[in-house]
Amino acid sequence: MTTDTLPRTGRLLATAPDGSSDPGLAAHLAAHGPLVVPPRDDRAWSHTVWREVAESGLTGRGGGGFPAAAKWDAVTRSGRRPLVVVNAMEGEPASAKDRTLLTRSPHLVLDGAEVAAALSGARQVVVCVADDQDGVARAVERAIAERDRAGRSRPVSVVRPPARYVAGEESALAAWLERGEALPALRVDKSVALRVGRRPVLVHNAETLAQVALVARHGAAWFRGRGTPEAPGTTLVTVSGGVGRPSVVEVELGTPVVDVVAAAEPLGPVSGILLGGYGGAWLDPAHASVPYAPGPLRDVGATLGVGIVCVLPATSCGIAETARIVRYMAGESAGQCGPCVFGLPAIADDLELLAAGRGDPAVLARLEDRCGAVAGRGACRHPDGVVRLVRSALAVFADDVRDHAAGRPCAGRHAASVLRFPTGAPVGAPVTVTVRGGAA
Amino acid sequence: MSRATATRVALRVDPVACDAYGFCAELLPERITLDEWGYPVVDGRPLDPDLVELATRAAAECPRRALHLERVVGPA
Repeated sequence: MTTDTLPRTGRLLATAPDGSSDPGLAAHLAAHGPLVVPPRDDRAWSHTVWREVAESGLTGRGGGGFPAAAKWDAVTRSGRRPLVVVNAMEGEPASAKDRTLLTRSPHLVLDGAEVAAALSGARQVVVCVADDQDGVARAVERAIAERDRAGRSRPVSVVRPPARYVAGEESALAAWLERGEALPALRVDKSVALRVGRRPVLVHNAETLAQVALVARHGAAWFRGRGTPEAPGTTLVTVSGGVGRPSVVEVELGTPVVDVVAAAEPLGPVSGILLGGYGGAWLDPAHASVPYAPGPLRDVGATLGVGIVCVLPATSCGIAETARIVRYMAGESAGQCGPCVFGLPAIADDLELLAAGRGDPAVLARLEDRCGAVAGRGACRHPDGVVRLVRSALAVFADDVRDHAAGRPCAGRHAASVLRFPTGAPVGAPVTVTVRGGAA
Repeated sequence: MSRATATRVALRVDPVACDAYGFCAELLPERITLDEWGYPVVDGRPLDPDLVELATRAAAECPRRALHLERVVGPA
């Protein structure tokens, strides 16, 4: 990691010197400079940009963490002109980074989509925005209209799949585009491109494409100037929970988790940090100095996921909060695979018993067995994420789990949830944007 | 000529197609058990040659065509 801090203006969330932000095309070009994308197939240009993105080490920011350039290989191998899909579904309830990016810097994402289209020979781009995100869709449509007036060549349209947790999974998006059902598919070999009809589809998360737009402008060496050699660049993180300033922050990869948390001003002592998403993992605050990067997080059983950091106050109960998440995730199953349909509600039942102090060691043992029975048995990774979350809760809140199982539940189980769920009114203050650098 | 690898087959269940009829676990208990909800838990390691015929029958008997034999290439 570089030793200087990021400038006040982040890379993705650049702002004018006066701190204001303008999502218009003129302000975008003033902040980031021009980007020339060839209107027709241009092998030399494609080769150069592909190499820069490959050398940048950019990985997908939608949860999979797959190298961005490798995705193009699968599509190029198929030999047909693909459809480029911008995945701005943001089905994780605790994530706000993609909607923040698309509202503030829609042109950066659309630039990246244009680059991906030119590279892969695509002639059409669709932007997927969940059907409960009208403001985001309007921001993107305004930006598309501006670009059309400026004479951009590839047609871009906004489509509105259902706002469900699994709808943003890329095979579910492909299924929705093909037949209107946002259901994940069983994929045995992920190096084979997804298809809509006979056309391969190239699905990229919105933030990933914004990063592509920056690499196409500034090159791999510039990109690698932030972050660590193993995890280069910056990334957007949504910090929420027991904090004074719920925020979307742009951080250098490798920044200690504790510094990412500090950006949102925790309200008091912290008993757990949820990382990745609702299919992510709890981090013990004792490990909060771990670098926010895929490798180090994997070593402590956690994940970068879609950049969610949710702070659990010591006054809350980690078991009760985990039970709420699992109950929500059970309801968000696509309903296709038996182990997910029946297993997730059963796991939620056990957690609720445990949270209420009505569980005993037998319930705890059954919960552990059920986690083992469900893991790896769905077409998509939805049940696997839940199992990872539950296992991390049993480890991070182990003392609490023992007390609950002994009939001595903590008082925190009565505390209001600090988590966001899509039902009802949005929780917490409006999302603010700040920029945090790495080690000073 | 000795061969370092051989083509073998292994069982895989399509969890979307599977509707928990459970016939497979009756026909091939050596490799398939049922979870508490009646869905098959399949041992996906390559099948011993003497089990291939039974596995083929189990796959053919599945009312949902959810059980598949797949070729795997590995050490003989």
